[in-house]
Amino acid sequence: MSDMLLNIALADDDEDDRMLFSEAIEEIDMRTKLSLFNHGQELMDYLTLPNVVLPNLIFLDLNMPIKNGKQCLKEIRNNPNLKDLCVAIYSTSSSEKDIEDTFLNGANIYVNKPNNFSKLREVVEKVLQLNWQYHTSNLNKDTFLFRI
Amino acid sequence: MTLFVKYDFDLVCKTVVKEQLNLLDIAHTITSLGEIKIHDALEAEKRELLDAALKRYGIQILSNQKETLVERIKHTIDDMLQNTDLRTVKVSSYLSDALNYSYAHLSTVFSESTYTSIENYMILKKVDLVKERICNTDLTLTEIAYQLDYSSVAHLSGQFKKTTGLTPSVFQRIMKNRN
Repeated sequence: MSDMLLNIALADDDEDDRMLFSEAIEEIDMRTKLSLFNHGQELMDYLTLPNVVLPNLIFLDLNMPIKNGKQCLKEIRNNPNLKDLCVAIYSTSSSEKDIEDTFLNGANIYVNKPNNFSKLREVVEKVLQLNWQYHTSNLNKDTFLFRI
Repeated sequence: MTLFVKYDFDLVCKTVVKEQLNLLDIAHTITSLGEIKIHDALEAEKRELLDAALKRYGIQILSNQKETLVERIKHTIDDMLQNTDLRTVKVSSYLSDALNYSYAHLSTVFSESTYTSIENYMILKKVDLVKERICNTDLTLTEIAYQLDYSSVAHLSGQFKKTTGLTPSVFQRIMKNRN
C-alpha cells in the first residue's frame, strides 16, 4: 500500500463522538494521523498557526459552542491559505436545508453521523478513500461534492 | 462578464512539460500516456531543477514503478472515457492491449496502491465528467448520458445518485447558487 500519510483533523465538542471517531480511524487500513479539536475556535487557531502542516481533510461538526461548524467553514473558504482544504461536514442533522446550506458555503462532503460503530467505520473509510482519489487523480476539485 | 473555457488537459500538460524541458535544454521525446524519453543521461542537478519546475504546475515525476503503472492506467481510462470511438471496446482488453500487461495484473496493482478498484475509479471518473458537463455546458442529461455511453438517462441518474448521494438536479442547483 502507498506510504503517503493522510493528515486528518476533527472538530467536535462531544467527547464520546471524538473517541469513537478515533477508534474508527485506527481500524481503517490507511496511514493516517488524526488531530482532535474540542470546538471550532480551537481548530481555527490551529489552522492559522504560522508554519502549520495543514490537514488533507477536515471533519467539522455543525453544532459546537464558541464557534460552530458553519462559521468555521466560511472562515476556511474566505482564507486564501485555507480555501483549498477538503472539508467534510460531520453532523447529526439530516435536514435538507442544512445539507444544501453547507454545500453552498463550500463543503465537499456531508456525512450523517451514524448511530452504530460499524457503520461509522464504514462511512469514515468511504470519506477517506474519496478524499484520497481527489488528491491523487485528475478529478475536478471544483465539483468535489458528495453526500454520504 | 463570464467566459467559459474548455481545457484539453493532455495538450496543456504536454505543452508545459515540453517548454520546461526545452528551458533546461534536455533532449527528449514525449510519448503518449505520460511517458517522457530522455535521450542522454540526466545529471542529478538538472533532474532536481526539472522536478522543481514541473512541481509548480502540479506535475510530478513518478519514482516508483507501481505508482507509474497506476498513473498510466488512470491516464488510459481517462482517455478512453473521453473518446466516443472506443465505447464498444471492452475496458479490460483495451487496458491490457494499451499497457501490455494482463488485466489481472493491472487490476491487482491498481487495487494495492489506490484503496479502490479499476471499476470504482472508472465510475468516479465518469461521474466527474457528468458533473463537468452539467456545470459547463447546456447539454441535457439525455445528451450527456448518450455522450458518456450510459444505456439510459435513468442509468446515469441512478449512478450519479448512488456515487455522490445527490441527484443531478440538486447538484446542478447547488453549483449554480454557490459562492
